[in-house]
Amino acid sequence: MANIFTYNHLLIAELVVLAVALVLTLRKPEVITTKSGNTVSRPRSPMGVICTLLVLAITWALHMTGFQISVIIQKGEKIVAILEKLFRPKWEFFPKVIAPLVDTIKMSILGTVIGCAAALPIAVLASSNIDHNKFVVSLLRVILGLIRTLPTLIIALVCALIFSLGTFAGTVAISIFTFGIVAKMLYESIETIDMGPFEAMEALGANKFQAFWSAGVPQILPVYLSHCLYCFEMNVRASAILGYVGAGGLGITINERIGWRDYNGLGMVLLTLLVVVVSIEFLSEFLRKKLS
Amino acid sequence: MKKKNGSVLETLDHKLTVAEAYALRPRKWVLYTVIVLILATLVGWSGSDVHFSGLTSTGSSVARGVVSGIFHPDTSLMFGTGETDVPYLLLQTIAIAILGTLFGSILAVPFAFLASTNIMPRPIAYLFRVVILLIRTIPSLVWALMWIRVTGPGAACGVITQSVCSIGMISKMYITAIEDLDTKILESLDAMGCTPFQKIRYGVIPQLTASFISTTIYRFDINLKDATTLGIVAAGGIGSSLMQCLNSRRWAMVGSFVWGLMLLVVVIEFFSTKIRTRLAHGE
Repeated sequence: MANIFTYNHLLIAELVVLAVALVLTLRKPEVITTKSGNTVSRPRSPMGVICTLLVLAITWALHMTGFQISVIIQKGEKIVAILEKLFRPKWEFFPKVIAPLVDTIKMSILGTVIGCAAALPIAVLASSNIDHNKFVVSLLRVILGLIRTLPTLIIALVCALIFSLGTFAGTVAISIFTFGIVAKMLYESIETIDMGPFEAMEALGANKFQAFWSAGVPQILPVYLSHCLYCFEMNVRASAILGYVGAGGLGITINERIGWRDYNGLGMVLLTLLVVVVSIEFLSEFLRKKLS
Repeated sequence: MKKKNGSVLETLDHKLTVAEAYALRPRKWVLYTVIVLILATLVGWSGSDVHFSGLTSTGSSVARGVVSGIFHPDTSLMFGTGETDVPYLLLQTIAIAILGTLFGSILAVPFAFLASTNIMPRPIAYLFRVVILLIRTIPSLVWALMWIRVTGPGAACGVITQSVCSIGMISKMYITAIEDLDTKILESLDAMGCTPFQKIRYGVIPQLTASFISTTIYRFDINLKDATTLGIVAAGGIGSSLMQCLNSRRWAMVGSFVWGLMLLVVVIEFFSTKIRTRLAHGE
């Protein structure tokens, strides 16, 4: 049984090479004496160590993954055949793509709106210039950080197990994921706002909410909307594959096509996805330019 | 609005009182109403089809199981050294991401140069941009499912998938770096009588290294997160085991995998941000 410490004997040879490179690099800087008698020291380049580390990392990773380039070369024609079919999409399949596609878009719209709406109050509470309670700030940040580390697909899978298969699970997964990202980007923007108006409002006797509403919101609103649009763009891409774990949308169709090895149909699905993603990207880029 | 206010202020010969200035404040309620209306329509339209059909019969037990698993992880799995334990799988995930990013960043170099408008003629550059766009649009999961037919399930499939997927984003960022090249340096090297090789060595490479390395590290960050999900289609890494445990409802094992995943992402993100800020601001 392989073990975490299992490694081929190459390791020893590599360690020797690494030691040599280290010694070569960490030598004293080369001292050059110019004609006028001054001395200039030239530090050794760290390239030796970097290259050795890189080679070490690559051989270790090759060993760990069992990746062999020969397999790719031998069986390369298979992927070429698949790609060839992908580029000849089956146009008759288009009507069957529309319903799941609309589902995907709906899922990402609703998920984005819910996630962004939930992110706003949390982001305010997590920005250290508005909220002076250090404990709350760091607690919220840790929670947000943990949410962001979870891959969307894993969240979607758990949601699908909890809320049964379908678009609702996908919407919940997208909301959670959007919430984590937008809240983080937003508290970073809130921390860069001009605090002058806010303090002036507080000095005039406004409470924190009033001060933030009139002095903070106008400053962060365009940034907030642009974060939301950016997230929406990402969500459309992400939600296309959520169906793979049963969360509704285009992913189900994709999975089905691949399962049946119907790569022409898959090509049609991907082509539609491409058109939608590109047009949404254009729209959102246009709107974001208007906002800034 | 602002311009209008400015012109009003210029024509006035006295300073505005607070009340007058307040009356002239910019009013954006039309814009806000439009935004709110559009949002409401979109939410109404999309909400009509997303039904809450209640929890599944096992839904609440799943939720409770996940929570209890996270708080009571399987420690023998978490600190074991065998092939199915968390550390080994985490290392395998890192290995997939390292190889995928390296191959991807090397493969992206020719693509980036071929798609830069300041090096290639425009038609060819745009052709390669379309190719890059196509690569980017196919989701990584779909790439993995296609490559599995070639390599069979396992970590090798993850490596080749990530190498191909990374090309899209990496070359897009390389292109920006290449198009920002300062050509004056090349001209002065030309004037000094340098050979093409010397021009590349002293004129091009030093300008590109920092941004190329920064892009590669950034992509490594993304690939690592991606590698955790590739396991779902049996392409190696921690995802396969996590998925199996979730489906067979072994919550303690799920908990230990999730902790491992979080730790991995947090640590890598920390180091990658540190290295990239150092690259951006110099030593």
